[in-house]
Amino acid sequence: MLALAVRNLVKTYPNGVQALRGIDLEVEEGDFFALLGPNGAGKTTLIGIVTSLVNKTSGDVTVFGHSLDTQLALAKQSIGVVPQEININYWDSVWNIVTTQAGFYGLTPGQAKARAEVCLRQLQLWDKRKDNGRSLSGGMKRRLMIARALMHEPRLLILDEPTAGVDIEIRRSMWDFLREINEAGTTIILTTHYLEEAETLCRNVAIIDHGRIIERDRMDNVLRKLQAETFVLNLREPVAATPALDGYAVALVNPHEIEVEVTKDRDLNDVFSALTARGLHVISMRNKANRLEELFVRLTAREPKDV
Amino acid sequence: MSAPTPVQVQLVALYTLVRKETTRVFRIWVQTLVPPAMTTALYFLIFGNLIGKRIGQMDGVDYAQYIAPGLIMMQVITTSYGNVVSSFFSAKMQRHLEEMLVAPMSNWAIILGHTFGGVVRGLAVAGMVTAVALFFTHLHVTHVFITLSVVVLTAFVFSLGGLINAILAKNFDDVSVVPSFVLAPLSYLGGVFYSVSLLPGWAETLSKANPILYMVNAFRYGMLGVSDIDIVVAYAIIIGFAAVLFAACVVLLGRGTGLRT
Repeated sequence: MLALAVRNLVKTYPNGVQALRGIDLEVEEGDFFALLGPNGAGKTTLIGIVTSLVNKTSGDVTVFGHSLDTQLALAKQSIGVVPQEININYWDSVWNIVTTQAGFYGLTPGQAKARAEVCLRQLQLWDKRKDNGRSLSGGMKRRLMIARALMHEPRLLILDEPTAGVDIEIRRSMWDFLREINEAGTTIILTTHYLEEAETLCRNVAIIDHGRIIERDRMDNVLRKLQAETFVLNLREPVAATPALDGYAVALVNPHEIEVEVTKDRDLNDVFSALTARGLHVISMRNKANRLEELFVRLTAREPKDV
Repeated sequence: MSAPTPVQVQLVALYTLVRKETTRVFRIWVQTLVPPAMTTALYFLIFGNLIGKRIGQMDGVDYAQYIAPGLIMMQVITTSYGNVVSSFFSAKMQRHLEEMLVAPMSNWAIILGHTFGGVVRGLAVAGMVTAVALFFTHLHVTHVFITLSVVVLTAFVFSLGGLINAILAKNFDDVSVVPSFVLAPLSYLGGVFYSVSLLPGWAETLSKANPILYMVNAFRYGMLGVSDIDIVVAYAIIIGFAAVLFAACVVLLGRGTGLRT
């Protein structure tokens, strides 16, 4: 079953900006789906329409078969959303924030209390339940928004940059948690600017740019489309000039570091052999950029943005 | 957890919003309930006692007694309007209004939940102001049903007005303009301190275009049994306003005006 089906979705804002230019997108139930794109590409507009915070200009959206036009309440009941911007009531307690949200979805006070304990414990906020929203750290606010979105046990969880501004330790614990709920059956759509996050968590990906989907495939298929990768090699011996390697683009970063671009039809063994032949020894190596990031930049950097 | 029916969802959502709004009124009671009582005490002290003693009677009742229903109604109007406009607009500005907009709450539940908070605050303020009035004058209720129904309906009308203001407002100036430049003049010119029968003919006719005149007089009739206005006409106007404003709220929320881009 499709968790989300978007057909020919168009959004033109009153100021004339065309944010979405005929989007078609399907997300299968149970998927962990990455929706990527540069700033202003249309990701948040798309999420806004799906969560009914933005009015569409034309097109159709269904959530688990429920049309936003004809079965809005049923569609909304299936969705939990964590927006990009912090939107909690700073003057209310953590407990009230989650239980009130549950009430808006029809959970009785008894059900809301039971569910709040589960969600707040899962997101490590149980000890903070009496604190006001404003007293929480940035990471806690993000976790609170996830807890709030999960109160009614949505079948589709939409996360719009949920780990923005969160330190790496908390981000990784959030990754583990999101994996768990996905494995338990919740479909997740994730937008993020941390592309290693998308590469690590998601099985399928769509890249949106200028209001259009420009790539949509399984994550591994998408990564295979990367024609070249750039590696940064640390050398034991300093070099005065860029070493020439036949068939490879090489750049000198500093006397102990060079960048080598390796295309799909070549391999790293040749690079190491050529460097060894010149008396240079590689002591460590890393990708210059995460693979998805490299592909993303190549796909979206073709023309200046007009959105 | 078993799935609730659509009707259950709406009822629970409404209950949740009502509880949230009423809790807010009583949690910040120093801001929501005390100032109207203080202001009214000053009105009674100056207009009721100091100046009122020189005026004597109006429409056959003591002047302090005459202005009491109007002062109560003026505070009900101001606070019910202000309660909804501040609650809804601050939620909109802080964006936690989205909690409601993404949930399967119907528009009528959002409207009724917020207006209920305004009505509760209006009634609580009415109670406090009445208690203050009793320090300065003797009050009795001539028609209990009329008194209660008019105060509830008036609070409902102005709660709806506050909601419309909050929906349409884009900044804090937009929420302060109506209370300062519309509600205050209409309240003062709505027969709170005087009988419109004392006015010149043209001014009396002009006053009858002011809806607050009908609310103040209907409430005064309920309490004191005196009014410048036919009570049936007053009810028709109050209920008419409630219906029109409720419909406007439904339309605005349905379109997403001021809320959805």
